[in-house]
Amino acid sequence: MLEITSTRHNPLIDPHLGVWSWEIPLYLFVGGIVAGMMVIGGLAMLRLAKGEDSRTFFSMQTPLLGFVLMNIGMLALLLDLTHRLYVWRIYTTFQVTSPMAWGSWVLLVVYGVLMVSALIRLPDAWPWLGRTVPVLKTWSDTLVARPTWIRALGWANLVLGIALGIYTGILLNTMVARPLWNSAILGPLFLVSGLSAGVAVMHIAATLLQGRSAPQGMVGGAFSAMLQPMGPQHPEKKTAESLVRYDQMFLVAELVFIAILLINLYTTSASHAVAASLITTGPYALAFWGGVVLVGVVLPLAWQGLELSHKVAHTVVPAVLVLAGGFTLRWIMVNAGQVSEITPVLTLGQ
Amino acid sequence: MPRFGMVIDTRKCVGCQDCVVACQVENDVPQGHCRDWITTEVRGTFPQLHMEIRTERCNHCDNPPCVTCCPTGASHVEDFGKTVQVTANKCIGCKACIAACPYDARFVHPEGYVDKCTFCMHRVKDGLDPACVSVCPTHCMVFGDLDDPKSQVNALLRTRKFHTLLPEAGTRPRVFYLT
Repeated sequence: MLEITSTRHNPLIDPHLGVWSWEIPLYLFVGGIVAGMMVIGGLAMLRLAKGEDSRTFFSMQTPLLGFVLMNIGMLALLLDLTHRLYVWRIYTTFQVTSPMAWGSWVLLVVYGVLMVSALIRLPDAWPWLGRTVPVLKTWSDTLVARPTWIRALGWANLVLGIALGIYTGILLNTMVARPLWNSAILGPLFLVSGLSAGVAVMHIAATLLQGRSAPQGMVGGAFSAMLQPMGPQHPEKKTAESLVRYDQMFLVAELVFIAILLINLYTTSASHAVAASLITTGPYALAFWGGVVLVGVVLPLAWQGLELSHKVAHTVVPAVLVLAGGFTLRWIMVNAGQVSEITPVLTLGQ
Repeated sequence: MPRFGMVIDTRKCVGCQDCVVACQVENDVPQGHCRDWITTEVRGTFPQLHMEIRTERCNHCDNPPCVTCCPTGASHVEDFGKTVQVTANKCIGCKACIAACPYDARFVHPEGYVDKCTFCMHRVKDGLDPACVSVCPTHCMVFGDLDDPKSQVNALLRTRKFHTLLPEAGTRPRVFYLT
């Protein structure tokens, strides 16, 4: 027997850690989506640089949507802070060992790259802005006329997207005190989940308002600029299908990485095995098997398989399921991770 | 330059919580929070039971995960004494250090920044013992320089059996428990 009692009673610490609420899972989720959209958008820009497509290619508008989503994530992050007025302190130093410091600086660069990338489509997508600030149109034309710049921007999106996606996992991964997070596969898992969620958002956004031209007004134009990644033209069928094909790859990779995470945890130490059982058989089991594995990966995988073999029509249903699963994954990892702890050693005979 | 540590004799500690109260008064710890606390651990099978009572706090680790994860440098190792401290006006309240600490020794102060045991460095710099050590009625706690071979903490660690908390976390804690 081992019985431990403590007189400690700190809020959010006891009986078990709960310092991170909904804000951090939401931020990790949105960060993952933006990371995924940057990777896909970057690939599209590389194709554009080769002269394969025009400005209306679906991914050209994703930086705009990514920019808005990133702001939602950053707002969640700010709400999570308890000493908010001092947030600027992050940018007066660079703590090389802190994943959060790296993430904060990466986010600054991400903002910059998203803004420049958004320029490619901005004057067309939001005509009001193009008219009001004509210099944007000039910049956009200058940018689009130079394939080397587009190529550099494409690579920047690709590399930063991968960095952003992996960092959200590494952030949790480095905390030795919480065994559920102590697997290096968490970074790649969050990356592929983000890629899949990014594709899902592009899919949903493309379905809304598709085939209409951009409203000329200020507010309507702003909304359509974000929600109409495919522009006035309907995307080619093969483009939409290749997006789904990419997603199938990401979902299979996610399933493999989830399996590796569990194998990794169950074979590391007693504390890690106990932590893994929180999500496989413990209080988070239903959300994990039902929400993450079934709804978030297996169902969309099967559904999109049927779509690709033309047995069912293309809908946004699998995309919605992927998003629900992606959020649940972060929610479970953040919450169950905080509950997990290094368990005291119980030797034979005790 | 000293490297401060603490030795706590679990055979003397009775769990009276004098140290807890002394800390709260000395450091104006907000109500409902604590920088140190009492843990009671019972092991064995009846009637062969073994009980250890100990007072716990921040371990001022040699390899502090709370310092390496801090994005602003608010959590830092102070030059004098090599203790782990938090600079309140650098802390943004991201709580990464709280999640990184295997001892759950930190908490969010109602004013927003993260707070924890300081080893009463304001007293130590004046040549005094930390408040908790100075009030202990059983004298179970000893504070001193681990780098000084002649210090009382080192004398105790040489002659007595001891353990630290969660050594498997790799944090190299500097609060030692005599058994």
